[in-house]
Amino acid sequence: MLLTVNHVTRYFYDQPVRGVVQSHRLMPSQCAGQKMRSWKVSVSDGQMGGGFRDGAGDWVQGWTVLGPVNEITVHVTGEIETFDQAGVLRGHKELTPPDCYLRSTHPTEADAALAALADGLTPAQDALAAAHLISERVSDAIVYTADTTNAHTTAAEALAQGTGVCQDQAHAVIAIARHIGLPARYVSGYLLVGIDGAAHDAAHAWAEVFIAGLGWVGFDPANRCCPDDRYIRLGSGLDSLHAAMIRGIARGQGEESLDVSVTVQATQTQSQTQQ
Amino acid sequence: MTSYFNEMYQGDSVRAPYARLQNWMNSMPAELRQMKQAEAEALFRRIGITFAVYGEGGDPDRLIPFDMFPRVFSGAEWAKLERGIKQRARALNAFLVDVYGRGEIVRAGRIPGRLVYLNEAYEKAVAGFVPPKGVYSHIVGIDLVRTGPDEFFVLEDNCRTPSGVSYMLENREIMMRMFPDLFRENRIEPVDNYPEILRRTLASVAPTKCDREPTVVILTPGHYNSAYYEHSFLADLMGVELVEGQDLFVEGEFVFMRTTEGPRRVDVIYRRLDDAYIDPLCFRPDSMLGVPGLMDVYRSGGVSICSAPGAGVADDKAVYTYVPEMIRFYLGEEPILNNVPTWQCGKADDLKYVLSHLNELVVKEVHGSGGYGMLVGPKATADQVEMFRARITANPNNYIAQPTLALSTTPTFVAEGIAPRHVDLRPYCLVGERIELVPGGLTRVALTEGSLVVNSSQGGGVKDTWVLAE
Repeated sequence: MLLTVNHVTRYFYDQPVRGVVQSHRLMPSQCAGQKMRSWKVSVSDGQMGGGFRDGAGDWVQGWTVLGPVNEITVHVTGEIETFDQAGVLRGHKELTPPDCYLRSTHPTEADAALAALADGLTPAQDALAAAHLISERVSDAIVYTADTTNAHTTAAEALAQGTGVCQDQAHAVIAIARHIGLPARYVSGYLLVGIDGAAHDAAHAWAEVFIAGLGWVGFDPANRCCPDDRYIRLGSGLDSLHAAMIRGIARGQGEESLDVSVTVQATQTQSQTQQ
Repeated sequence: MTSYFNEMYQGDSVRAPYARLQNWMNSMPAELRQMKQAEAEALFRRIGITFAVYGEGGDPDRLIPFDMFPRVFSGAEWAKLERGIKQRARALNAFLVDVYGRGEIVRAGRIPGRLVYLNEAYEKAVAGFVPPKGVYSHIVGIDLVRTGPDEFFVLEDNCRTPSGVSYMLENREIMMRMFPDLFRENRIEPVDNYPEILRRTLASVAPTKCDREPTVVILTPGHYNSAYYEHSFLADLMGVELVEGQDLFVEGEFVFMRTTEGPRRVDVIYRRLDDAYIDPLCFRPDSMLGVPGLMDVYRSGGVSICSAPGAGVADDKAVYTYVPEMIRFYLGEEPILNNVPTWQCGKADDLKYVLSHLNELVVKEVHGSGGYGMLVGPKATADQVEMFRARITANPNNYIAQPTLALSTTPTFVAEGIAPRHVDLRPYCLVGERIELVPGGLTRVALTEGSLVVNSSQGGGVKDTWVLAE
């Protein structure tokens, strides 16, 4: 599928700030399921800083803006061809050993209720089946409901209230998978919405679980599926904070407010031979 | 009754390195000694060196007792120590480069992967990055104890930001001021070039993007930190700026410091700040002490950070057990310095042994420091032993145990005169383009009779440490 992305993040400051520093994970992963045609990230008044590929295979890019500024805009536009890999992350070069993703973090801490969702799972016999069941159970236990959680809600809190968004569901899958000894991580990216009628945000997040013999496999509890060619993978981490598309900080007293708009559209893929 | 190796006396005879100290000792009547001791204390007060060694906490304004009786090594003794220390520093750095790279030692089954990759000190954020010259730990503080003429054991390695080197320098400075004759009679290797070697070491690991004489700074958490004195002392002696996070900022691909003449690019940061605090965009988002964006500049070769983030995974108490294995694996050599045999309570067999021998063992928390959270079996009351039994049983992974070592003693000035007291040693090995070790280190002494705990928070003091020129 050929997808075009237009992702605009605007930061507003009620007083001018002296400067802004950001760290981005906004480049599509290099893997078999994605072939980048064009991709551009710009930051208004920004100076591009150091960039590097980290051990998990993500391109991390620093940016700085020298103030005073009242507003900055981060703009991502791109065109990418995607191929359905049935959820398996193939051809992705990374160095970080899967064991690193067994470590729990605050939002992915498994409490008794999360641990209970692992009841009866037998990862030693069939890890893939166990991971599918985890994702299904999370979809049922945390019903996708917008505006009932915030960026700091933990998996345990979301489960206790029974509602949340893709971030909460992904955290829950990760918490349970790690609890039964399966390495798991948080993935941020984009999703072509609309085909199945669901109106979830086009800026999306899901989980990947490491299955021995198969590698990293994606699970999207929000859509009860594994990522396919509607998904664009950007970066990963132990949780949403570490996989964030943009981490930033402003120098100054100004209060920050945020406006995000993301559209992902499918372009008619034309057969090469017809051209 | 355990016998302890006395570094000065072998029976009635004086061991060679201490030969010239015999006269000095005898020539000092009690009154003179007390006068000198008061003089030393006044000097330390004037310098203002009152911080707790090794970040042990305690009263920051308390002066750590200085004992005037030096601790002496012969040139030959030191030569062996030096080889052992440098060997260890090389292996620890090779391990760090490896576990943030392909992890060959784990693949080879020589150390359990989970011990490394699940370790709190393992920083996933630097996986795949090789710091300049392949050095993660630029200042390796190795804590040693001696149990015999030729027996040394490494108690622990400190790969992050070992403190206490200002004591090594000040102790020497004060001894030279008070007893200049001693330094004429004995040929003592100098330690005062440490700051210059440190500066050179730091400059030698300038980042790939640095194309000029590198600018080095020391990054301190600020004057509330217990080791702030040492930070400013070293900055002063090295002739570099002492900065706090707010003095630095990232612009584009580089880090700059604010100066009265405008921004100045910084190439090497000797940070005395834990990983978690150095960059809120990579680690703890609530940290106000660090520099936002620093890690992106670092990982793209715009600045060097010493010690490199992630170095802590090599000095973990559980990883310690595998250092001899690292030496064999990376260097193809046999360890020159011994490890203390260590039982890991997380292992069922070890736990069983530890719980049935608590009275003989020293039990430590895996992440503890400063002599807190420690059980010295032979010295503990029955209640303390039982309390530890409960703690270990509740969380075995959190504890390791070691035999109670018969720490050597050196003569020490005490209220009654001169008496043997137990000592340890922390030398500071510098790793950059070259590996260097100044001949000396910090000797800590347990001033309480019979005590084996040298930590300053538990009544320990410090001594000048001599290495004699051959």
